[in-house]
Amino acid sequence: MDQHSAPDIALDGITKRFGDTVAVDDVSLEIPKSSFFAMLGPSGCGKTTTLRMIGGFEDPTEGRIELAGQDVTRVPPYRRDVNTVFQSYALFPHLTIERNVAFGLQQKKVPKAEARKRVAEALELVHLEGMAHRKPNQLSGGQQQRVALARAIVNRPRALLLDEPLGALDLKLRRQLQLELTRIQRDVGITFVHVTHDQEEAMSMADTIAVMNKGRIEQLGSPTELYERPRTAFVANFLGVCNLMEATVVARHSDVVELDTADGARLHVAADRVNGSAEGGRLRVGVRPEKLRLAPVGQASGTNVLRGHVTDASFLGVMTHYVVQTAAGASLTIVAQNDGGEGLELIGPGREVDVTFSPKHCFVVEEEHDDA
Amino acid sequence: MGGLERRRRLVGYALVLPGIAYLTIFFALPLLNQLWVSLMTGNDVDGFEPAWHFSIYPDAISAYHEQMLRSVAYAAIATVLCFVIAFPLAYFMAFKAGRWKNLMLLLVILPFFTSYLVRTVAWQTILADDGWVVDIANSLGLTGSSNRLLATQTAVIAGITYNFLPFMVLPLYVSLERMDRRLIEAATDLYANRLTAFRRVTLPLAMPGVFAGTLLTFIPALGDFINAELLGSPSQYMIGNVIQSQFLIVRNYPMAAALSFILMGAILVAITLYARALGTRQLREAVA
Ligand SMILES: Nc1ncnc2c1ncn2[C@@H]1O[C@H](COP(=O)(O)OP(=O)(O)O)[C@@H](O)[C@H]1O
Ligand SMILES: [Mg+2]
Repeated sequence: MDQHSAPDIALDGITKRFGDTVAVDDVSLEIPKSSFFAMLGPSGCGKTTTLRMIGGFEDPTEGRIELAGQDVTRVPPYRRDVNTVFQSYALFPHLTIERNVAFGLQQKKVPKAEARKRVAEALELVHLEGMAHRKPNQLSGGQQQRVALARAIVNRPRALLLDEPLGALDLKLRRQLQLELTRIQRDVGITFVHVTHDQEEAMSMADTIAVMNKGRIEQLGSPTELYERPRTAFVANFLGVCNLMEATVVARHSDVVELDTADGARLHVAADRVNGSAEGGRLRVGVRPEKLRLAPVGQASGTNVLRGHVTDASFLGVMTHYVVQTAAGASLTIVAQNDGGEGLELIGPGREVDVTFSPKHCFVVEEEHDDA
Repeated sequence: MGGLERRRRLVGYALVLPGIAYLTIFFALPLLNQLWVSLMTGNDVDGFEPAWHFSIYPDAISAYHEQMLRSVAYAAIATVLCFVIAFPLAYFMAFKAGRWKNLMLLLVILPFFTSYLVRTVAWQTILADDGWVVDIANSLGLTGSSNRLLATQTAVIAGITYNFLPFMVLPLYVSLERMDRRLIEAATDLYANRLTAFRRVTLPLAMPGVFAGTLLTFIPALGDFINAELLGSPSQYMIGNVIQSQFLIVRNYPMAAALSFILMGAILVAITLYARALGTRQLREAVA
């Protein structure tokens, strides 16, 4: 095995069962060196369990775990070159901050002088220079979080595993620490595996996101890929608001596919979004709210036009949120930038409107394969 | 604001008042009285008189130092045995017992449902010369030349260990139970193997329980006389037996009171040294 090209972390067919519960279901993935990798999914989808298996705290029921090409499936945590930032921080309450951070170095028998220097550097990295001699219970939640980070990072592991590291903090602090975490990751160049249920957090921080649902990986890709081209309704909905419409394929061309919706509107979708559905095939077409345009009836031009009436409009200053009911009864959410300054006069509640969008802004999701 | 503050403080004082009153009447006053008695001279028939007879203290020590040292030795050995038995038990109950936890706790305190005296008498029967325990011990060659278990120091120490075991188990259990198990995971995450994690995290965090458990065992064991009385013979008598007989049989009240104060003083000194030692140990752990 070539140590240099091997991914930092590789999971191969990992399954974890607790009694009858399948917490993680046949997950395979590779996390490249120095990447910021996020695992995103709702509570209970198996994120923590996956992370704990990488850390060595749970044995997988099936499958293989490799770190840098080495099989570590049965290797105990203390002999794995990864460190964890625990959800509850798990700082040692009887040790000072300095001693907490030095714990790993001491176990690895790093010489005292070097250890002291590295601890000081780590504390500086997380802006806690002055706190070295305090005990964990003398620090705020945000500071404890930073200590947990310093305690892991000081060991310069192959990868850092972070389980909802910002989950216990308030919104403002969370945003601030998100920025710091991305900065630190760039500075130290260690692979970060970041578990979160907050899609904004995942999208703003990670290069690659694995969206998990019911113990499986639904889709893996860059934040833009997942947002613009989700492959399942679950991913489409989890990464933001989205409008999904049932449609039937009526014609395939080289660049676009034509579909009919239930209310008889003709939709055009970029051909590369529609995989292998023959004429007559039923699909779900999705569009993000900010990709939809509203116009008074008859004034719209474009390839995709849906007729409907506005049922709700809320003016939010920067933008306006509309809800439009189409003829077939589908309800569309539209976010319009307030760049014209018209207010709600032309297209307020009750008005008939045309909704338009470009074929290149559409995506197509698979039918739900619920508990198949 | 000031009024509220003052009212709060008054309520605080009001709450401790009954306790202070109780301790004054039933603890402090009798204690002073006994201190007074210990300095009297006289005898049971003619009565005792106040005399500031301070030499009773050195006299008591020279007369009964053997029983005093024996008490310390027995209590110390029993405390160590209790710890060795109780720690794995408490550890198992706190971390591994799962749904059996409550049942095990009940079993630990179950002996308290009968009297201390009755339980020790039961041990007298179990260890009796014609019992099967002695038979087995004999056939294994454990009884030495006497062929007995009763009236040996083994029996006395075993009795003390048995009787005070729950006092060791419960505080250890409480301190382990409330420990966050993620801390052990964090230690192993930071390259500590299970033994090191135990030494550097579990044990230091269990220290309050160790401290409480050893004191709750050692102190009553030091003053115990029931076990030596029922399971031992005069050559196993402890300071508690001497005090008891000075009070109730010889009726030399000054001597009995003086011995009690010596015991109390020794315990206070020992606790102070012990607390210092444990405290500095934790301090060293934190700085080393
Ligand atoms: N130790 C355990 N024993 C039994 N079930 C567990 C255990 N740990 C996790 N689970 C179950 O596995 C599933 C996934 O849990 P988890 O990995 O914690 O999800 P997440 O971190 O995504 O919220 C849940 O249904 C949870 O109840
Ligand atoms: Mg979790």
